[in-house]
Amino acid sequence: MEFLMAIVIGILFMAAVYLILSRSILKIILGTGLLSHGAHLLLLTMGGLGGTSPPVLAEGVTDYADPLPQALILTAIVISFGVTAFILVLAYRSYAEHKTDNMNLMKGNDEHD
Amino acid sequence: MINLLLFPIILPFLFAIILLFFKENIKVQRSLTCIGLLISLVAALFLVAKVKADGVQAITLGSWPAPFGISMVSDMLSALLVTTTILITLFVVLYSFTAIGEERERYFYYPAILFMITGINGAFTTGDIFNMFVFFEVLLIASYLLIVLGGEKKQLRESIKYILVNVISSALFVITVAYLYSVVGTLNMADISVKIAEIGQPGIITVIAVLFLIVFGVKGSLFPLYFWLPGSYAAPPIPVLALFGALLTKVGIYAIIRTYTLFFVHDIGFTHGLLSALALLTIVAGCIGALAYFDVKHIIIYNIVIAVGVILFGAAQMNEAGLTGAVFYLVHDMLIKGALFLLIGIIVYVTGTSNLRKMGGLMKTHAPLGWMYLIAAFGLAGIPPLSGFVGKLLIVKGAFEGGNVFGSIIILASSLVVLLSVIRIFIYAFWGDPTTVELPTTNRRTYRKMMMPAVALVILSVLYGVGSEWLIPYMTDATDVLLQPSIYIDAVLKE
Repeated sequence: MEFLMAIVIGILFMAAVYLILSRSILKIILGTGLLSHGAHLLLLTMGGLGGTSPPVLAEGVTDYADPLPQALILTAIVISFGVTAFILVLAYRSYAEHKTDNMNLMKGNDEHD
Repeated sequence: MINLLLFPIILPFLFAIILLFFKENIKVQRSLTCIGLLISLVAALFLVAKVKADGVQAITLGSWPAPFGISMVSDMLSALLVTTTILITLFVVLYSFTAIGEERERYFYYPAILFMITGINGAFTTGDIFNMFVFFEVLLIASYLLIVLGGEKKQLRESIKYILVNVISSALFVITVAYLYSVVGTLNMADISVKIAEIGQPGIITVIAVLFLIVFGVKGSLFPLYFWLPGSYAAPPIPVLALFGALLTKVGIYAIIRTYTLFFVHDIGFTHGLLSALALLTIVAGCIGALAYFDVKHIIIYNIVIAVGVILFGAAQMNEAGLTGAVFYLVHDMLIKGALFLLIGIIVYVTGTSNLRKMGGLMKTHAPLGWMYLIAAFGLAGIPPLSGFVGKLLIVKGAFEGGNVFGSIIILASSLVVLLSVIRIFIYAFWGDPTTVELPTTNRRTYRKMMMPAVALVILSVLYGVGSEWLIPYMTDATDVLLQPSIYIDAVLKE
């Protein structure tokens, strides 16, 4: 199971890197979304996927799921959700202001704005 | 008083929430921000005194036993950094009253600053590696707002790059924490240190160490990951730039110092060798940038990069002199960068441009500004008895003790480049014939109001240098914890 997850995570990272390297802002944002999905899955997998019982203290239960990665993922998902929402609005504002979503046209420096 | 170390985190947070309800009332915003920061400052000073008297303070939230709950730990290093952070923010806020403009003040400028301080102080104080990620995000999200606030074309353009870089490095942070968790099975930093010592740092831990270096290197602008910094930092207005330049990269540096003295201390030859090599390259790259530009903002921004290199080089020596120097220089750099950016802001306000070629002759019209700038510039370059000197002296001493002669020479040479780069601003802006340059009409009262916090910060940095003898006990306390992780571990795990 961990092996399968590793492949899935790898594919997610691959797609994310491909999208982040493109020129359109929207594709880049989708890429960061995939990247954080991959990171979250990795977090879950790294805690170990074994364990059949819920992590509640009870007599004779030794084979329980690790609760910590789940708590971590919950936090990380909320954060990446918020940041993605923010960056989408920002990308829209930037598009309205610059009339382009092409990162190549958004270089610019002080001397030639 | 066991909750004392939480106050510098919670107080700014509380005041930020209150401020959200007074969006239109600028007077309330200003006064509440000042009151909040003053109370936090008092709490932070109490914390420093408490840590000095009783050693490392630790608290585990929710009263869970230590490795299970989230620990907050305040040793001397983090207490000092928290205090400096609040102090600088206070002066920058006072400066913002005249410099930032009412439009921005009305759109959550002060709450954003306070939220950022919450995140910064939290990152300095936390004793849990995942909690550090959360506090990083808190400060980053507040900084996203600050960098884009105002919505100028240039700000929008640069903030997209800034956010993308930080989103990617945050994802990498989560990935690294996941790897670390899979190896040691814990997130409490003291516990991680114990577990790594038990397994004796096999190869996988060294890989994680390098991953951490990449993550924090992006935040702290280490070579070759500093590429985003000059462009992004130049976009927002000066008070925001002062906050970013003085505080944000320092959080990354703190995180590197903390992880490289607490976790990864069993294969120093590789990890710390890599760190010091990258630090030296950072210094060289920063020097090139500092001399290449004719824009005052960019010159000082590249000086941030140089300082990052100097501090991390000191930390990488892993001996007493080097680490004491790094801690000393870290606090010095926060103060002096804050002061310099505020002064640069006044120069830009007075001349109406940030291009050195269009300035000249300010010494005739604005002499106090010139003298203050000169003192700050000498302090930055490290001319005794100003504050940069002691830190650099200790770092170079540490490097010689560690047999790193080549590195010491680069540090010393970089001081000359730093001096040259800041004196170039002095020569271009303050010397010369005032009649050739036409100054825009500016309000003399605004100028004086802007001068006050800047002068106060310069005086503070001078006192920091002159009073270094008195401060050394605090610095050695901070270094002791860095050199002997057992002090930190005992404070957290034996409660």
